[in-house]
Amino acid sequence: MTEFGPQFLEWSINIAYVAMMISFALTVFRLLRGPTLADRVVALDMLALLGIGFIGVFSIATGEYAFLDVAIALALVGFLATVAFARYVYRGALAARSGTSIADEGDDS
Amino acid sequence: MIEFIGGIIVLIGAAFSLIAGIGLLRLPDVYLRMHAATKAGTLGAGLVLIALAFEAQQLEVAARAFAGLLFLLFTAPIAAHLLGRAGYLSGAPLWSKTRFDELADKYDADGRKLAGTPVEDLKQGVSGNNEQVTDRDLAR
Repeated sequence: MTEFGPQFLEWSINIAYVAMMISFALTVFRLLRGPTLADRVVALDMLALLGIGFIGVFSIATGEYAFLDVAIALALVGFLATVAFARYVYRGALAARSGTSIADEGDDS
Repeated sequence: MIEFIGGIIVLIGAAFSLIAGIGLLRLPDVYLRMHAATKAGTLGAGLVLIALAFEAQQLEVAARAFAGLLFLLFTAPIAAHLLGRAGYLSGAPLWSKTRFDELADKYDADGRKLAGTPVEDLKQGVSGNNEQVTDRDLAR
């Protein structure tokens, strides 16, 4: 039991790496394929989440807990990027509906 | 024992991440994909952070991990809501088997406000943005 614990953790970490890499590949496929802009933004959001997971697993594997700060910063940047992209999609939709370009919509934000 | 708990939580988190990736690939429209990415993806990353807190066995690391987890849990619904609204207004198609679209024809032509919302309610809106939109609507 006492020797098996660290080995189990090592297996878990390796399996987690593989699972997250597969998920990463699927997400990148969705990012490239689209079909709408909103799909791509969702995929980008997911990529940020996967990055946080990767950093967490890597931090457990190496015992280098300073990487946790990187994960928190990545969460913040990912959230802000998603909000900005959602705003961009929204403004584009408003402009398309009212028949003006995005540049003309600058007065209401 | 700690290694067992940490390893199992890491495995569950990785499984949720994988499920989120599969859902992102396989689900039929942007709203369902967003559902997979937001819920399963957040849970996957969050469980890895919890496992990290277990593994470290240091108070400061655990505190930072839980701070990151709380941040994820607070921001994921906001991002998903904004994305869903933007996607709906930009006309992202619904799945062909969708049975109810309760927002259909509820937005006005500009897509700025929901039709049938009393103007007084909009005037006391939450942000300055709403007020300006209302003024423009009144002037029309």
